[in-house]
Amino acid sequence: MLKAGIIGLGKMGISHAAIVGAHPLVEFVAVCDVSSLVLDVFKKYTRVNTYNDYIKMIDKEELDFVVVATPTKFHYPIVKYALEKNIHVFCEKPFSLTSAEGVELVEIAKHKSLVNQVGYHNHFIGTFRELKRLLQENIIGELVHFTGEAYGPVVIKEKGNTWRSNPDEGGGCTSDYASHVVNLIQEVIARPLKINGTLLKSIYSKGVDDAVYSLLTLDNQLSGVILVNWSDETYRKMSTSITVQGKKGKIFCDATEIRIYLKDANEKENLEKGWTTKYITEFAIPVNFYLRGEEYSAQIDYFIDNVKNKKQGSYNTFEQGLYTDQVIEMILDKAKQN
Amino acid sequence: MEKILFGDNQFFAVNHVSDEKSRAQAIRFKDDDAIIKTLDISRKAGINTFMCTTHDRIANICDYMRANPEKYKDYNIFPCLPYAHKYANAVTELGIAGTLKQYVPGNFFGSLFKGGFAYLSKDYLSIMELLIDAEMKMFKGINTPVIFLQNVVTDMLLGLGMIDVLAAFHSYVEKKYNAEGGFITMNMPLLLEKLEIAGIENPIICSSINIAGFRMSGGKELYESVLKTKKLRAIAMQVLGGGAISPKEAIEYVCKLPNIESILFGASSEANINQTVNYIKSFNN
Repeated sequence: MLKAGIIGLGKMGISHAAIVGAHPLVEFVAVCDVSSLVLDVFKKYTRVNTYNDYIKMIDKEELDFVVVATPTKFHYPIVKYALEKNIHVFCEKPFSLTSAEGVELVEIAKHKSLVNQVGYHNHFIGTFRELKRLLQENIIGELVHFTGEAYGPVVIKEKGNTWRSNPDEGGGCTSDYASHVVNLIQEVIARPLKINGTLLKSIYSKGVDDAVYSLLTLDNQLSGVILVNWSDETYRKMSTSITVQGKKGKIFCDATEIRIYLKDANEKENLEKGWTTKYITEFAIPVNFYLRGEEYSAQIDYFIDNVKNKKQGSYNTFEQGLYTDQVIEMILDKAKQN
Repeated sequence: MEKILFGDNQFFAVNHVSDEKSRAQAIRFKDDDAIIKTLDISRKAGINTFMCTTHDRIANICDYMRANPEKYKDYNIFPCLPYAHKYANAVTELGIAGTLKQYVPGNFFGSLFKGGFAYLSKDYLSIMELLIDAEMKMFKGINTPVIFLQNVVTDMLLGLGMIDVLAAFHSYVEKKYNAEGGFITMNMPLLLEKLEIAGIENPIICSSINIAGFRMSGGKELYESVLKTKKLRAIAMQVLGGGAISPKEAIEYVCKLPNIESILFGASSEANINQTVNYIKSFNN
C-alpha cells in the first residue's frame, strides 16, 4: 500500500482526498490545511491524521506521495519540501507562481527521479485524447488556424476579496481558466512560442482579469486565438473547447463531444464526407471510482500507477506545467505592453 | 416508488454528452411555463413523480403546484439535495468557510464564527440539518416521500469514508420529513457495501445503469452482479447513456435486469417522452 497525504483542502483538495481515499492501492493517512473548521470534520468522521503545518505532516508521516492543492503561491515551498524528502508529488494547476520557481522544482524532481504530475485534467478526457490522435493522423491536412475557448460562471458579481482577486497570487482568469486552454493547445496541437497580442478585461473583479483574448503562434508556425471568460453565466459550469481548422476539414472538440468535418471521406478512420459527431460515451476512460468526472479519477489513477512502478509518466509532467506557466507569463506580459 | 420517474436535467441545461444541446435546452426552457407544460405531458403519459434538483427555478414550479392543489393532489416530488453547482462555484470563490457563511441560514453560523471554532466540532450534523432545511423549504406542502442526496456529495463522503454522515442524512430526512433517504451515486457497488455496514438495509440507490457501461464505476459486470445478488431498491438513470445509444435497445437492457425498481429519465418533446414510456411499458410486461 502507498501512503498518501493531501495538502490544501479546498474544492480540489477535498475532491482529490475522496478519490485517493477510495483507491484500493492507497492508504490515505494524513491531511493538512490551515482551516480548523475543515480539519475538525476529518478528525471527527475519518481516521486520517490532521495537520495545520505541512512540514510537520511530511516529517512525521512516512508518505510515498502528496497531493498539493493549496492556493498557487504556496505550491513552491510545499512541493520543494516534499521533493527534498523524496516524496512523489501531484500538484494542482497552475504549477507555480513564477517560472523561476517552476524551473527549480522541475530540476529537483528530475535530479531525484521522483514521479511528478500537474492537475491538467483535460488530458484525461477521452474526447481531447481523440482530438490529439486525429491531429497526429493528419486527417484534416495542413493546419490553418486554431481556437481555444473556455467559459464559465466563476465571478458573476462585483464582490469578494479572496486570493483569487489578487494578481500577485495567480488569482485572475488567465492564470486559472486560461491555463487549461493553453495547456491543451500546448500538448494537443503544439507549443505556443510567440504571443502576438493580448487583451485582458476585468468585468466584475477589481485588479484581476475576468476575460483574456490572445493571439498565439505555435512552434509549428500555426497561429490561432484563445478566448477565455470566467464571468459568463450562460454556462452552467466550466466549458472548454478546441477548434482546429485544416485545409481538408475542421474538428471541434469539448469534454462531451467531438465533431469532425471532412471535405472528403476518410476510409481508414471510417469517417464520412461532411460532419460526423462522436460522443464521450465512446471515449470515456473507465475508472473504479467516480467523482465529478472520469478525468479527475483517471489522472490520480495514472499518477498512483506511476508511483507504484517508480516511472515518470508522459502526461502532465512538471515540465509541461512549467511551460504552460511560462506561456501564461508571456500572455500577461504582452497585455502590459499594450 | 413508481416504475417511471421524470427527471429535470433537460430543464436546466444538463446534458452529459453534449454541451451544445444543453445550451439549446436552456433557451427552450427559459420560461417556467415551458417546464410546467412538459411536466403535464409526462403526467399525461402516466408519470406521477418528478425527481428534481433544488435549482432556484424549481421553487417557482412548486409555487404553481401549491396554487393548483387539485391538479397535483396525487403528484410526488423526489427532491435531490443539494444543488451542487451553486455551492461548488461559491467554494471556488469564497472558500469553504465563506460558502457556509453565505448559505447556512440565519445567524447560526455567524454566531459560531464569533465564538471561534473550538466547540464547533460537535455541530457539523446540525449544519447539515440546517442546509437540508434551507433546501427543503421550497417543497413545503408538497408530497416528498423520498429525498435524495446528490451524487457529488454522496460520492465525496463515500470516498472520504464519512459513512456516518450518509447515515445521518438518511435518519434526519426520515425524522424531520417522514421521507425515505435515497442516494444518487456513480459508485453503486461500493456505496451499497458501505451502507450495509452502516446498517442501512435495502437502501434506495439511484445510479447510472446502461448497456454502454457509461458512468458505471468498476464496470457493467460488477453492477449486474450486485443487482442479481444483493438487496437494494435500484433506480436506473442515464439508461440511454446520455442519448448516444438506440433507445429501444437501451431500455430493453435495463428492463431485463433484476432489482430495478424504477427508471429515471428526462426528455423535452412529447414524442420522446411517449416513446420512452412506451418502451418501458412494453419491455416491462
